[in-house]
Amino acid sequence: MVLEKKSRGLAALLLAASVVSGCGDGDGGSTTLTYYIADAAQAEVAARCSAESGGAYTFNVQRLPNTAAGGREQLLRRLAAEDRSLDIVSVDPPFMAEFANAGFLRPFTAAEREQFSAGVLDGPLKQSTFRDTLWSAPLYGNTQLLWYRKSVLAKAGVDPSAGPVTWDQLIQGATRAGVTVAAQGRRNESLMVWVNALVSSAGGAILQPGSENVPAAEVKGGLNTEAGAQAARIMHDLAVSPAAPAGFSTAGEEDSRAAFQAADGGFMVNWPYVWAAFDSAVEEGSLPANFKDDVGWAAYPRVDAGTGSAAPSGGLGLSISAFSSRQDLAVQAIRCLANERSQKDFMKTAGNPAALASVFDDPEIRQLFPMADEIRTGLDAATPRPVSPYYGDVTGSIQSAFHPPGDLSPQTTPEAANDLLEDVLSNKRLI
Amino acid sequence: MSTVEAPPRAPVAARRPRRIRLTDRARHERNLGWMLAGPAFIAMVAVTGYPILNAIWLSLFDYRLTDPGDREFIGLGNYATILGDGLFWQQFGVTALITVVTVAVELVLGFALAMVMHRALYLRTALRTAILVPYGIITVVSAYAWAYAFSNTYGFVNGLFGLGDFDWFGGTWSALFTVCVAEIWKTTPFMSLLLLAGLAQIPDDYLEAAKVDGAKAWQRVRRVILPNMKAAIMVALLFRTLDAFRIFDSVFIMTAGAQGTETLSFLAYRQTISRVMVGLGSAVSVILAILVVLIAVLFVKVFKTDLSQQRGER
Repeated sequence: MVLEKKSRGLAALLLAASVVSGCGDGDGGSTTLTYYIADAAQAEVAARCSAESGGAYTFNVQRLPNTAAGGREQLLRRLAAEDRSLDIVSVDPPFMAEFANAGFLRPFTAAEREQFSAGVLDGPLKQSTFRDTLWSAPLYGNTQLLWYRKSVLAKAGVDPSAGPVTWDQLIQGATRAGVTVAAQGRRNESLMVWVNALVSSAGGAILQPGSENVPAAEVKGGLNTEAGAQAARIMHDLAVSPAAPAGFSTAGEEDSRAAFQAADGGFMVNWPYVWAAFDSAVEEGSLPANFKDDVGWAAYPRVDAGTGSAAPSGGLGLSISAFSSRQDLAVQAIRCLANERSQKDFMKTAGNPAALASVFDDPEIRQLFPMADEIRTGLDAATPRPVSPYYGDVTGSIQSAFHPPGDLSPQTTPEAANDLLEDVLSNKRLI
Repeated sequence: MSTVEAPPRAPVAARRPRRIRLTDRARHERNLGWMLAGPAFIAMVAVTGYPILNAIWLSLFDYRLTDPGDREFIGLGNYATILGDGLFWQQFGVTALITVVTVAVELVLGFALAMVMHRALYLRTALRTAILVPYGIITVVSAYAWAYAFSNTYGFVNGLFGLGDFDWFGGTWSALFTVCVAEIWKTTPFMSLLLLAGLAQIPDDYLEAAKVDGAKAWQRVRRVILPNMKAAIMVALLFRTLDAFRIFDSVFIMTAGAQGTETLSFLAYRQTISRVMVGLGSAVSVILAILVVLIAVLFVKVFKTDLSQQRGER
């Protein structure tokens, strides 16, 4: 009996200990900030900042899933559950409005806003603000460029370096030259990026103006328009043309890069990280040492010669959880995590463009990124994805309606997509 | 095991016709049984019962996790939305197709492997271990392995069969084929293990008698082995069908639901996790759970699957 009592007591003790350790993770006076990062290079910057702080704060770095959607889902789940173990979170700009609207993020004060917006390029700044409040400190901005192999231009009869090119010119030119035009046809967030760029470049918008402040059921789509039809036509034309790389409907950014690096690579739309990735491929020996000499870049292609291009906009912002008990310390940490030095380091290691204009004037950056000026111009002109507190539904509907690209039709897709979008938002249909 | 179970069984059976007072010993044993099983029973109810009831409750609301203020009771509205949507029926069809194809192939392959394991004269342990290895691999890992194998950039399948840069995941049928291959590879060992248990229960005398009577190998399989294994086969089919109907991991990793390969679990995932429409997603989960229960009822009542056989009680 004595043994039995003892073991019961021990079991109770173990249970209590596990409950305490599970829930009581570092509240109160601790100086450890839990930092959810989306890119491994953020950890290096965090280590430096923590060392520079002289013990004011240290980081418990947690890595978000690789994909944009995966990162969103994890943050959404934790924030919705009011998880107090999150302090600083890395938020992909299109998801910020959703989080902010739900009360998951701590807004930056007017003084902080001034500090974190000073010198930031227009594109990254625009997508960090929602309802005239800054919710994320821009860490990096991002925009896609048109990448091309110089050696195929003569045969293709297209020269992006001479002036803006249209999608139609690219598809025809690449078909003529027997090379590919790599774009992201995979059904994930990158498809949304492409659709948004096409619709915007054709002068339209996925959501009608004023959508950001109305309840979900009243949001109106802007796809059943000429712009929506143009987007469907171009995606379909590329997908069924000989210029589409193999596996077009399943190609994400890295598949596009692989297609561009292949012997029949010609053109590609992609983020600037590819420039640093070419270096790694050369180092690995999977690309010839002089590969980059053949690579050129230009502004993102247009839908119509008469309309402007609407380069995709991406990036990352640092936000503070509304449930964090160390919000002031988090602001202090973000001052370092997103400062000029950090953004420059981040650009060097991860290849992702800074959000601060000044970084592009840095001689070292200009040497590493010969296309720095094009990126900066692109960031200033980039068109963000629709700002909506219901962004998850918007992107999900677009990804369903615009996939696979080869099956799209300018006659039926725009209306079908618009109906799906509005029905999903008003809880009438599933995706 | 039967010796342990025998004592409590007798008084319980005796109690049924007339309410005879339990003997002290029986009462004591029954109390002991509750004390031993009670904590586990309570824990089970807490971790399974509560979420199930909560899901049923939530499924009656139009409730978006990022918009808690707008939570609205809509009764069976979510169920009407789901059952009225063609997407649900399409994904029901895909799920049923995957279930039927994978379970049928697994049954045949599993039976063959069970025979091999049963009959092997040499290296029995090594053989059984080798056959069971795929089942020990996490589904997500096996899905990644097959996704890489079928990839048109770095996979070996296209090279092996001279398919050039064919994109397996670019079409509905080819993508479903890869998903089925991954599922079959992963779970056939489980099927064969269940069948092996049934195979081992057939007394050798039956087979020897059949042999003496001049039955050929195929006749022995059809007339002796299969009829005597019916219970084991039905149990194996039941377990695998219930499992296969809830398929999620392989589809998630290999196609992410593109090309019309989404299954019902995926539908629940997309509404609940991606869209955070907790009410709608719960309704999909409840429907999925009801379908799983229906499958179980179908097996137990219509096909007369005897679950006690699996527990070795007979």
